[in-house]
Amino acid sequence: MAKANGKAVNIPVAADPVLSVRNLRAYYQMQYFGIVREVRAVDDITLHVNRNEIYGIAGESSCGKTSLIKTIAAANRPPLNVIGGSVKYSFLDRDIFRMSEDELSRVRWKHLSYIMQGSMNVLNPVRRIRKSFIDFAFRHINRPEREFFDIVAQHLERLRLSPSVLKAYPHELSGGMRQRVTIALATICRPEFIIADEPTTALDVVVQKDVLSTIREVQQEMRSSILFVTHDMTVHANMADRLGIMYAGRLVEEAPTRDIFANPLHPYTAHLIQSLPRIGDLSPKKALPGAPPNLSDPPAGCRFHPRCPLAMDICRRENPALTSLGPGHRVACFAASSEVRPVAETREAANPKVAEARP
Amino acid sequence: MSDLLAVDGVTKSYAFGGLFGRGVFKAVDNVSFTLETGRPEIFTIVGESGSGKTTLARMILNLIAPTSGTIRFRGTDLGAIRGARARMDFMRHVQPIFQNPFEVFNPLRKVDHYLFMTARRFAGASKTAEIEAHADAALKKVGLSLAEVKDRFPHELSGGQLQRTAIARALIPGPSLLVADEPVSMVDASLRMSIVNLFKTLRDDLRVSIIYITHDLATAYYISDRIIIMQKGVVVESGPARQVLDNPQHPYSILLKNSVLSPETIGEGILGLAHHSGEGPPANSAEGRAFTRTLAQPRSS
Repeated sequence: MAKANGKAVNIPVAADPVLSVRNLRAYYQMQYFGIVREVRAVDDITLHVNRNEIYGIAGESSCGKTSLIKTIAAANRPPLNVIGGSVKYSFLDRDIFRMSEDELSRVRWKHLSYIMQGSMNVLNPVRRIRKSFIDFAFRHINRPEREFFDIVAQHLERLRLSPSVLKAYPHELSGGMRQRVTIALATICRPEFIIADEPTTALDVVVQKDVLSTIREVQQEMRSSILFVTHDMTVHANMADRLGIMYAGRLVEEAPTRDIFANPLHPYTAHLIQSLPRIGDLSPKKALPGAPPNLSDPPAGCRFHPRCPLAMDICRRENPALTSLGPGHRVACFAASSEVRPVAETREAANPKVAEARP
Repeated sequence: MSDLLAVDGVTKSYAFGGLFGRGVFKAVDNVSFTLETGRPEIFTIVGESGSGKTTLARMILNLIAPTSGTIRFRGTDLGAIRGARARMDFMRHVQPIFQNPFEVFNPLRKVDHYLFMTARRFAGASKTAEIEAHADAALKKVGLSLAEVKDRFPHELSGGQLQRTAIARALIPGPSLLVADEPVSMVDASLRMSIVNLFKTLRDDLRVSIIYITHDLATAYYISDRIIIMQKGVVVESGPARQVLDNPQHPYSILLKNSVLSPETIGEGILGLAHHSGEGPPANSAEGRAFTRTLAQPRSS
């Protein structure tokens, strides 16, 4: 694997990832009146998340971010089906798709937890916060109730929340406090892996900064890993250790955050970074022309080519493989380097069933 | 000469409580500003959630009445607008753009319905061809065309397209003032700039004044001419946008500015964690471990 070689220069423990996703494909498969429609929301994604790392995933809406994290957590439901590939966690003895629902429910929250976008969706509006803690975490912690709430109170204090929030209903708390309660819920069992799906999108700047630093602090303290999903590149710049850029269901670039901001190789990444408005900068910012592709009928070749300023002939025909071009820096763009080859050439031993599914 | 919009000492308070203990909550407290007629500008209102931005916008749109103070549009007190005809006339000149384009349009209705209805009501068009011409002209101003929008339901358009359609709808009556309440906060970062640039074009080419309400200081800096910063209903700082944002004076404005995350701050520890380098997991190196702060230590800021 090219990626492991590239990373070995920089980070010695890359061989011990908490999460390794290989060639993951998940499609929405629908059948109406005998006509099968496939929406390729997650298409051939390979990535690793190391211990004690925040891995950011960026991309616009409908690029497959949410489908990816659903699949990674094995929380996908039909019509979203896993077509191929594997998702392995270091704390599980086998692929997550080979586990029964029962086994999964023991793992979820204790080892693998979530911080969701709308905190109102996580907290039951008609139950006090204390009941939510019982619903989510009691059976995983497996202690008598009094001891359990001692642990909860300690944990809340660590997140600078007063234990009195336990008596409150969700609507009595402000948006920032609610979001910190969901962070407390997600981290109470000290999970190894946390998936954060746009945890600050609905919050204003002051609260956002506070919530982000809370997430960062808990992560540091527990030394767990976070898969952090948001479309806001400025949040990624300040949170993520490594960053993966998704476009139309594919990973198009991956690099350490500083590297990707200093030297974006994919034209889409470069656009995302250049178009960020900043205080003190009045240079005109351009929006990307065109719309993201329809994933049920994606363009042939590189999916970015219809909007790409650098599109060449090969981009319209071939799909570029994610290629390692520097320490930890992978990119899928023919224009970035001549080393980037089409996927068809690089795939050595493709799963025949997968190959069949693709036209 | 008269001002386009004169907001003069406007206060909106809500009473709460009941038998045991009453109180008055001032959502907007004594806010004044004016927009001039001959000089279209983007006037930005910044503040955190709950600072009264939206309440102020609703008063300017004449959806709710202020408790005290007056709002005059071209010299007419909004409180004096009575009757359907006068109200329609006001709406012809002042149009809203809302936060979430997915909630603005009824999901069961085609998007063009709203364009046609507005054209029929305000542009005085009655024939189908005329109505469609009005809708198409408005859509062209926002970089769309009727062919892209006609017969489409909201879910068939992207968020950016929907928000631009909402702006096109607001442009059909030929307004002189647009009130945009957080128009980009639900739109993707990559599409955000297309909306923000559109506001600039509207100001420069169509000479429409825009009241832009946001909590995003970066886009505010990029497009606004003047800015007011609100905290708990009170204007704490106002002035030319660049001047205010380059050198904020009030502690709250400084707090807001310091909370803005910037792509340049990688590794500068803006989140209170000095070790964050953006260069892979820090704990894998010996010095990275030394920098790792635990929760037991107090925050430095």
